[in-house]
Order: sequence, then structure tokens, then C-alpha cells
Amino acid sequence: MEAFLHQVLAGLATGGIYASVALALVMIYQATHHLNFAQGEMAMFSTYIAWSLISAGLPYWAAFALTVVFAFILGVVIERVVIRPVENAPVLAVVVVFIALLVILNSVTGWIYTYTIKTFPSPFPAQPLFGNKYVSSHELGAIGVTLAVLLLLYGFFRYTPLGLAMRAAAQNPDSSRLVGIRVGWMLALGWGLAAAIGSVAGMMVAPIVYLDPNMMGGILLYAFAAALVGGIDNPGGAVFGGFLVGVLENVLGAFVIGNELKLAVALVLIIGVLVVRPSGFFGKVYVTRV
Amino acid sequence: MKRMLVPAAALLCAALASPAAFAQKKYDPGATDTEIKVGNTNPYSGPASAYGTIGKTIGAYFKMINEQGGINGRKINYISYDDGYSPPKTVEMVRKLVEQDQVLLVFQPLGTPSNTAIHKYMNSKKVPQLFVATGATKWNDPKNHPWTMGWQPNYQTEARIYAQHILKTKPNAKIAVLYQNDDYGKDYLKGFKDGLGAKASLIVKEVSYEVTDPTVDSQIVQLQSSGADVFFNITTPKFAAQAIRKAYDTGWKPLHYVNNVSASVGSVLTPAGLEKSVGLITTQYGKDPTDPTWKDDPGMKKWAEFMKKYYPEGSLIDASNVYGYGVAQTLVQVLKQAGDNLTRENVMKQAASLKNFETDTGLPGIKLNTTADDYAPIESVQLSRFDGKTWVRFGEVMGK
Amino acid sequence: MSRRQRIVFAVVLALACALPFLVSNYRTFQFTLVLVYAIALLGLNILTGYNGQISLGHGAFYAIGAYSAAILMDRFGVPYWATLPVAGAVCLVAGFLFGLPALRLEGLYLALATFALGVSLPQLLKYHHFEKWTGGVQGIVITKPDPPFGLALSQDQWLYFFTLVVALGLFWLARNLLRGRVGRALMAIRDHPIAAEAMGIHTAMVKSITFGVSAMYTGIAGALGAIAVQFVAPDSFNIFLSITFLIGIVIGGLASITGALYGALFIQFVPNIADELSKAAPWAIFGVVLIGFVYLLPAGVAGGIRMALARWRAKRQNI
Repeated sequence: MEAFLHQVLAGLATGGIYASVALALVMIYQATHHLNFAQGEMAMFSTYIAWSLISAGLPYWAAFALTVVFAFILGVVIERVVIRPVENAPVLAVVVVFIALLVILNSVTGWIYTYTIKTFPSPFPAQPLFGNKYVSSHELGAIGVTLAVLLLLYGFFRYTPLGLAMRAAAQNPDSSRLVGIRVGWMLALGWGLAAAIGSVAGMMVAPIVYLDPNMMGGILLYAFAAALVGGIDNPGGAVFGGFLVGVLENVLGAFVIGNELKLAVALVLIIGVLVVRPSGFFGKVYVTRV
Repeated sequence: MKRMLVPAAALLCAALASPAAFAQKKYDPGATDTEIKVGNTNPYSGPASAYGTIGKTIGAYFKMINEQGGINGRKINYISYDDGYSPPKTVEMVRKLVEQDQVLLVFQPLGTPSNTAIHKYMNSKKVPQLFVATGATKWNDPKNHPWTMGWQPNYQTEARIYAQHILKTKPNAKIAVLYQNDDYGKDYLKGFKDGLGAKASLIVKEVSYEVTDPTVDSQIVQLQSSGADVFFNITTPKFAAQAIRKAYDTGWKPLHYVNNVSASVGSVLTPAGLEKSVGLITTQYGKDPTDPTWKDDPGMKKWAEFMKKYYPEGSLIDASNVYGYGVAQTLVQVLKQAGDNLTRENVMKQAASLKNFETDTGLPGIKLNTTADDYAPIESVQLSRFDGKTWVRFGEVMGK
Repeated sequence: MSRRQRIVFAVVLALACALPFLVSNYRTFQFTLVLVYAIALLGLNILTGYNGQISLGHGAFYAIGAYSAAILMDRFGVPYWATLPVAGAVCLVAGFLFGLPALRLEGLYLALATFALGVSLPQLLKYHHFEKWTGGVQGIVITKPDPPFGLALSQDQWLYFFTLVVALGLFWLARNLLRGRVGRALMAIRDHPIAAEAMGIHTAMVKSITFGVSAMYTGIAGALGAIAVQFVAPDSFNIFLSITFLIGIVIGGLASITGALYGALFIQFVPNIADELSKAAPWAIFGVVLIGFVYLLPAGVAGGIRMALARWRAKRQNI
């Protein structure tokens, strides 16, 4: 029983990682209705920027804030320069551009920073909270940060005019344009926000898995699974999905199917959810109109 | 007069000792009066690109040798291709090296699957597949594959040494094993079980992980709950660091063996936390650039100067760069020994007659020896324990 | 085919037949791989280019085909040529089954599902319960076939001709399918799914079968690739392979039969050129090229050639 509990807790801790990346995926989906395959690599690249800043002697939180700003600008620039021209192209063109971004960011980061793993500092105490041996302070802190981001997002989309305008722009661009919303900029803003959230996720993930250019490779698939389980357009659902995937992966891996098939859990979850309930647990169901 | 005599006498001795000294120059494809073509494949892209730095270090080392005048007056022409750690690409690139670039030998192709893919080809073409960059055991097979030779101590030998140490110091151990689910992890596991022999039942739990797993926390929890008091950690650097940290954080205090692959102070133990690494046991054959013990070591100083001058963008804490230096130095020794007889056959013959050769980067007492029936250059290693700052070697140099 | 096309085809075919006698064995081997990739890309193009279903995981079917051939040759002593139909059939079924749930997925979601398949397949290949067939992490080494009937050809030359014949057959089949009713139905589904359904096309069935046929092509290519390389291992089929196929069809030309050949030439030769230029970040170069094609030449090389020809003809008529 203790072993089971321990697996669940460890699963919640890794689930926190998936949740934070899934949140960024949901963000970009809400703003643009795209699944960004390059999201993980964008977060990884931003985390390297943070690492450079900290190595240059900046205090942690200053580097943190600067990185978030940097990531925001990176997101806006990518949208304006790279995504814009394919805005009205078929889905395939967009997917191809995402894949291209993925390999470019991965390869360029490896070139600049080499592939040796790097430690990334944590803002939280090194000793576990209350001396427990299940979850480290950083893992708890990271979950806290993810929940805080979630709350901020919720407030932003629900109560601020800008947030409402962004949602409108994503859901119905034509009508939004008629009421005076600058749809193009809303999309860019969405990218910026998603990249910023991604950078926070990256900085929370890196102390756990260590910083290297392939750090997000394994995580991305689980994060996609998490986002889908929760409902790709529901931030709260994505966070819930993250925890669920983390726990499922650990419990199934340890007690049922063995560690060899963990990735298959993600595969089955993704296909299963898409087929059985594409809107996930908490997503809205859309009907296509002819 | 005396000054003239010494070289004259030396020449005479050499002439008497080896009639080959006066033999004509002999060349196979890839060797001429002015150059020796050496081919290589490395993963500069793809999932294993972390190891691409080895190929770059080797290139830098040959550049240094060429600037210093080359080998017996010949410059090394080093041709290295990217295979992305994909065996089909390795086959293609190696065929290019052999059939089109006409290299004398293929040196240090990296990865067990990649080398398996070209194993048959190299041996049927009779081109040296020299000092492959993998620790699998199958490379030491001079009878069936006389054209293939490894370099580093093989995984099974190393694992057997841990097994013996456990049997000697803790005969009633309950052992937990974590291994990477690929050829490398399985080779270690096999060596370990062979080493335990009849006592293989001491292993109470073995779990694997995949390189795509974000963390190995779940695996550590599984191992811990098995009640084991000895932990054999067969992981690559990133996962080794995670495992060491998680084992410590959960309050599990086993006797912890970590494989040589992940014994770097700078890139594994520091990320894991030095205080969490106290008491780890590993084996070593090379010097760790991040271990303070070697701060003033002449060999490592040479390495650091080399890095500064010829490979300034390379990392000074990456053990791969030390590895690349050591193996390149070994090849240079082989080619020196080959003299003017640069046939593929003679290259293999010389590679198989290394006598007590020591590299700048090898541990004191670790000597490279090969014979016609023994294609394993480095077979000796030394156990070391981590004291919180540095690896402290203990016991004697083990293996042959 | 018009007369001009027939002449071009005859010239290209003559060149293709002469090729192994003009270049080295190593080059012949490379061109064999080009043909293999061309078949695989044609398979992906049927699905993605013609039918609009995006697959980021076609490396998985290539792997299944390769393993089918290797297991049959290594464990059951089946001759190499007989493994192709089996590999094709296995992939046809696998693709069809994967296509059934994929039916409900559109665009991005299908891309995601296939991406997941491509990422996780190498792990399934290693699964220890399959180890006695797959060789687990060690993979399988197979023997290269000798030319039959005592033909005076090298192994590489023989395999080239063998692959060429298979490729010609598969291309001919694809051309007949895609130029006719089936092709029109596929494109109708791609462009106007709801209208296609209304016109009486059984969308679901057509889509699943397309998935199966596409997987079959790629699987046969995988089997040929395994025979040419003489080795299969899980590491040969990682997600980069699937991405490479995607790059191939985008650059060669979507919804174009000849595009598969251009794409194959690109993915075979351009990485080698990039590698010789710089070891720093080869994939970054592909990324940039890929984005460049999407912007400037969305119809790929095939489309570019078509456009250039059309322009040339228009000019000539004006004179």
C-alpha cells in the first residue's frame, strides 16, 4: 500500500510537469486553434536563455521575469514572421511549419549550448517540506506555480477586455473584426502568452529533469495526452489531465504493464480520447456547420 | 664522434631487430607518402547528438598532430560523416568512406546498433573497423571478426567487477537494478548476472527505463519499495543524476554502484548534488576532468591545453572530450607503429600488438595491451568511492 | 500520356537502367535507397497529398514492413522476394486498422495521433514479449541476396534492378488509381468532405482504405530498405524518419506522383551535402529549407517544374 501511495505521489509530481506544458498547449489552441508541435522546444529554448542570464550573475527572479518577457516577444515574433504567411494555408502547411520550427530550435540550441546536461536552479528550498520523503519542495513549488498561472489565465480570459477579445478573435474572426477587434494582433498576442507560459513551464521542469536540448522530447507527448484528456480548450482540464496522466503512467508502469510500455500509455490515451470523446473531460463540443 | 655513434648504433640495432625497417613502403587504398585517410561516423544530429562531440574532439586531435608534423611525415586526412545514430545511414556513410573516399580504415564509428549494421560488411571487405565507440562485448572476437576491435573496457567486464565486489563485501545483499532498455543496459545486466553466477537470485528487483521517460522517479520508488540494500545503477548521465537524487530524497540508503558511463563529477554528481552522491562506488579507467584530484596532473594539463587551442568551443566538463582524446592518441600510436607499411592488414596487426601503452588521459596503472587473440585494449579498471569531493580509488587495478 | 510525356518517360527509364553500369556500387546502393524512399513517399503522398490526411508517423509503417521482411528471412528462411507481398499485406491491415479510429480525426488531431504512433513505435519493437522474433534491442542482421540465374551483376546492381521493377509496378498502379475515379474521390474528400459525402462517396470507407494502401506502399518500401541495408533495429525507425518522410513529400510536391521521386532524391542526397557543409546544426538547415518551400513553392519541386514548363510553353506560343 505504501508503495502504491508513493507511486501516486511521484506521479502527481511528474504530472505537474505535464500540466504546465499542457497549459501552454491549451493556451495556443485557445488563441489560434492550432496544436503547436514546437511548444516544447520553444519552452526549452527560453529556459536556456534563463540559464544564460543566471550564469551571467542575475538573481533568480530577475532572470525569471526577463525570460518570461523574452519568451513573450519570441512568441509574438514567431507568429508575425513565420506563422502569418501560412495563416490561410491548408492545415498541412501549418503542421509542416511547426515541425520545421521544432527541428530548428532543437538543433540551434544544441549548437549554441552543446548537449551536456546542465543544472538549473530552483527558487524553492532544497530540503523537502516538513521533512517528507515523497515530494521535494521544488516539485510542490512547481505545482503551486502551475496552479497560479492557471488562476491568472482564468481571470484574464474571463474578466479582462483583452482576454475576452482574444477569445472572440479565435472563435469567430469575422464577427470579431466587425466589432473592431484587431484579429491579427490578437493571434500574435496569443502566441506571446503561450510562449511566456511555456517558458515558466520550462523553468519549472528544468530543475527536475535537468536542462538539455532534448529535455522536452519525452514530455511533449505526455503533455499532449494531458491536454487532450482534459479538453484541448480548457486550461483547468489540461492541468487536471496532467496530474491524471502522471499518476496513470506511474501506476500502470509500476504495477500493470511494466516500465517498457509507458509511452504506449500516452499513445493509447491520445488515440482513445480523440476517438471516444474528442472534447476531453471538460471541453466544449463543437458542431461543424456546412 | 660519440654523438654520431649513438644514432648509428641505434640504426644498426633497428636494422638487425626488424628487417622490415628496410622493406619497401607498402600502401593500401587511403595511404600515400603524404597522407593517411581515416574515416569516421558520428551522430552530429538526431537523438544521440550529445556524443557528436567525440567526433569533433578526434578531428581536433588530428589537426594538432598534423600541425606537429603528422605521423612519420604523413598528415592524417580525417573524414567524418553524420549518421544521426541511424543504422541505415551508418551503412551508407561507411560504404561511402570505404568505396568512394577510399579510406585506409574506419575509426570510432559510434553506437552498438550502428556498428552491428556494418560489422559484416567491414569484415567481408577486410577494412579495419578500429576502436569502435561502444562497450558491447561482441567486438572482441578476433577469430570470426578479425577486422573489428573495440577500445574501452566492455560493459560486461565492468559489471562483473561490481558483482565480485558485492559478493566479497556483502554476500547476503538484496540487490536492485535499474537499467536503460537498450543494448547497452542489457549488456551490463548480463555481465552483472554472470558475475553473480549462482548467486543471481540476490537480485530482488530489476526495472528498466526508456530514454524518452522524463524522469526515473517512478522506477526508483519501485526499487526502494523492494527492500533492497544494494543498488546497481546502469544509466546514462541525465538519468543517473535523477536516480542518485531521488534515491537520496526518498531516504533510501543502499550501497550504490553507478556505472562508469555516468561517473563524471561535473556532469552527473554535481547536478545530482555532491552531498547526495557520497558513498557511490564506480570503476574508472580514465581521468575525470572535473575531479580535483587531476588538477595538476601533467596528462590532464596537456588535455586542457589541447582543448583550449584546438577545440575551444568544446566543453571542459564533458567526459566525452577526454574519451575522444584518449582514443585518438591510441590510433596515432598504432599508425606510428605501422611505420611505412600502411596496409590494412598491418594496421590491424599493429592494433593487435599494443604493449603497455598509456594515454595522457588514462588512470595511472591502466595500460593498453592487445594480442592477436585478445582484441580488448583496455581491460583493467579500478574501483573508486566518492567522498563528497572526489573519487577515491581503492583496491588494486582489476581485470587483466 | 501525351507523346512528349512518353518520350520523357522512355528516356528516364533508359537512363535508370543504364545507371548501375555507369556508377560505382556504392552509388548504385544510394540510388536503390532513392527508389525505396520514392515508394515510401508515394505511399505517404497518397494519404496526405491526395486525401488530405496528415501523417507524422509513417516511419512506423516503414518499420513494420522492414521488420516483417527481416523476421521472415531470418527466422523462417523465406526468400527475400517473397517477403514483399507479406510485408505489404501486414501493413495494409495495420494501416487500415489504424485508419479506422483515425477516421474521426481531422487535420491536426490526426497529425497528433500519428505523431504519437511514430514516437512510441520504437519502444513497441523492443518489447520483450516480441523479442524472440524481433531480436529486441539488438535487431536482426540479414543477408543480401545474390543475383539469380547466374546473372553477371553485383549484389548492389541486382538489388537496384529488383527495386526498380517493384517501384515501376507500384508507381504504375498508383497512377492508374489516382488518375481515375478513385483519385477524384480522394481529392473530393480532401477538399470538400461534406460535399463529397453528399455526392455519394462513402467517405469513411474510402479514408480507411486509403490509409491501408498508403501504409502498404510505405511497408513494401520498408521491406526493400531492410534488404538493401541488411539490418533492422529499433534505432533505425525513430521519429526523425517520419519527419524525414514529411519533408520529402512537401519538398517533392504534394499530390504529385513524380513529386515522390524528387522528394526521395532530396532526402537521400541533401542531408549528405548539408553534412559536408557544416556539422553544426544540419537539421536547422532542413527546417529553414522546409519553411522556404511552404512559403515560396507550396507545390514542391514537381509543382515548380510544372509551372516552369507552362510558362515556357506560353512564351513559345506568343512568339
